[in-house]
Amino acid sequence: MDFVQTITLSALCSHLLVGLSRAMILFVVTSGMSFVLGVLRVPNVAHGSLYMIGAFAAFSISNLFGGGSTGFWLALILSPFVVALVSLIAERSLFCHLYEREHLMLLLFTFALMLILGDLVKMVWGADYRSIMAPEYFRGSVTLFDAPFPRYNLFLLVMGPLVAVGLWLFSNKTKIGKIARAAAVDREMVGAIGINVSWVFAFAFVLGCFLAGLGGALVAPTVSITIGMDHDIIIEAFLIVTIGGLGNMWGAMVGSLIFGITQSFGILFLPQFAIVFPYLAVVIILIWRPTGILKSVW
Amino acid sequence: MSKGIFSLKSFGPIAALLIALVILPSIIPRFYIYILAVIFVTALLAMSLNMVVGHGGLFQFHHGAFYGVGAYTVALMLTKTSLPVWVGFVAAPFVAAFVGLLIGLFCVRLTRLYFGMLQISLGSLIWAIAFRWYSFTGGDDGIHGIPLPSLISSTTGAYYFGLILLIISLIVMFLIFKSPFGATLQAIRDNPERCEAIGINVRRHQLIAIVIATFFAGIAGVLFVVVEGSVFPDLLFWVFSLEIFVMCLLGGWFTFAGPILGAAIMISLRTFAGIYTEYWTMILGIMLILLIFFLPEGVWGYLVEKFGFQRKKSLEKERQ
Repeated sequence: MDFVQTITLSALCSHLLVGLSRAMILFVVTSGMSFVLGVLRVPNVAHGSLYMIGAFAAFSISNLFGGGSTGFWLALILSPFVVALVSLIAERSLFCHLYEREHLMLLLFTFALMLILGDLVKMVWGADYRSIMAPEYFRGSVTLFDAPFPRYNLFLLVMGPLVAVGLWLFSNKTKIGKIARAAAVDREMVGAIGINVSWVFAFAFVLGCFLAGLGGALVAPTVSITIGMDHDIIIEAFLIVTIGGLGNMWGAMVGSLIFGITQSFGILFLPQFAIVFPYLAVVIILIWRPTGILKSVW
Repeated sequence: MSKGIFSLKSFGPIAALLIALVILPSIIPRFYIYILAVIFVTALLAMSLNMVVGHGGLFQFHHGAFYGVGAYTVALMLTKTSLPVWVGFVAAPFVAAFVGLLIGLFCVRLTRLYFGMLQISLGSLIWAIAFRWYSFTGGDDGIHGIPLPSLISSTTGAYYFGLILLIISLIVMFLIFKSPFGATLQAIRDNPERCEAIGINVRRHQLIAIVIATFFAGIAGVLFVVVEGSVFPDLLFWVFSLEIFVMCLLGGWFTFAGPILGAAIMISLRTFAGIYTEYWTMILGIMLILLIFFLPEGVWGYLVEKFGFQRKKSLEKERQ
């Protein structure tokens, strides 16, 4: 049985790069989820739906401005804000009234949000497959390690670390970021010194969803945009934040890298079961370290 | 043992309901018989989930995985082997319980949300395998046209088979619920630290509860195959698992029979909403939000609170 094809060094390297760029997308999405987890201590089940809305919004915005370079950049900048607006509405109208309740209710609320947003997307955009084009200079591929590598993926490889550094600077160097981290540790204390905790939570939630939208906009040129993409990403995001350590941003990075690279190597070694490899990696890691690789903020 | 184990007061309504359920198939159209059979399956599944969620206080987020494992076991044994049918029927709950034990072993080391997220991960692994392994599980198409004995292959046959299995399972579950083990489990739910302090092995109790619950989920899986005659990976998908979770919430976590009501309401709503609209999940979402805000105790819990079964109230007071 020779179902493992001969693997050359260049194939290894190019799959590593593909895995890395996939990991960057995953990181952008999961860093947002991790941020919400860290501050609100709620796994946002609707995170995948917001990611999907980000991708669909990118499609619409890009079309509105006639595609091309302008359309792409405007879509990339504007669609996260569209998603942030959606999440702000949901948060201020309903979610914020639940902060005093037990966490399970918060989680179930985000599940309800996922169900509603999923159907809203179906109503607004329909069930067709959509795609958008990256601008001219991101199309095609460059040769790295004797193997073609899409230019757009190079862009992703730059964007991931940028988001990581930005988020780190934000939560460690700005006042609001510090307040958010403090509220995660001791909500009552933060409230006692005169800070409106509800708005801090709102801010954290919206920022997390903003990142989901950014992830959706970033992934849009590489995949076919369709309903159902929320279900796939959310379970991956759950796994990643779990193995990384709940609420730890660098944990999200580590988890994304593990997930992206095992998936990509899985495609190389055993294409049919590529989907199983990352799950297996997750199982092994959780047996080894039940609460994730890095320290959870909980 | 018969229905006598239920309190004397509720004996009348339960007997009436049973008689009605036995007679119904001869008067209602076939479609409704089918819907009722689906409700039986789902009710059993929701009840088994509630054993760990409502009574055990565990975040069993991926219960559907065990249901699916049970259903797939039956389907595979009936289509791929020439063993007698009943072997598959008996094996399925045990396989489900075994998988429950395996996954439970890892999960009980963790608490609360970590428990739930780890379970979603491990359950999704099972889903991924079923989804991709075309040559064995049929991949995303699933397995159709599973050969069933003629006695239970008709809708009415499946209905009675489901009803009997449901009743037996409910009686066993009720006995467990009322047993010292059930009481300990509920005590662990209410205060795990204190239980640990008085020398109860919390993790072992939780693990046993998971195994029992997954066993019943396996039975529900068998019933699913009997009613539908097919299996598909959606059974193992986490969204469906959360839907079962919502059924428990809808009926009422902390009541014994609540999940049956929850399952019945959900299945009826889905069936009849499905006729008029394709946006069933949105309705479900809105319903869930309404539940969270206005009816966190569930329908049954609300009825108990509102119209008060005296017995339960006095119990509550004792507990306080």
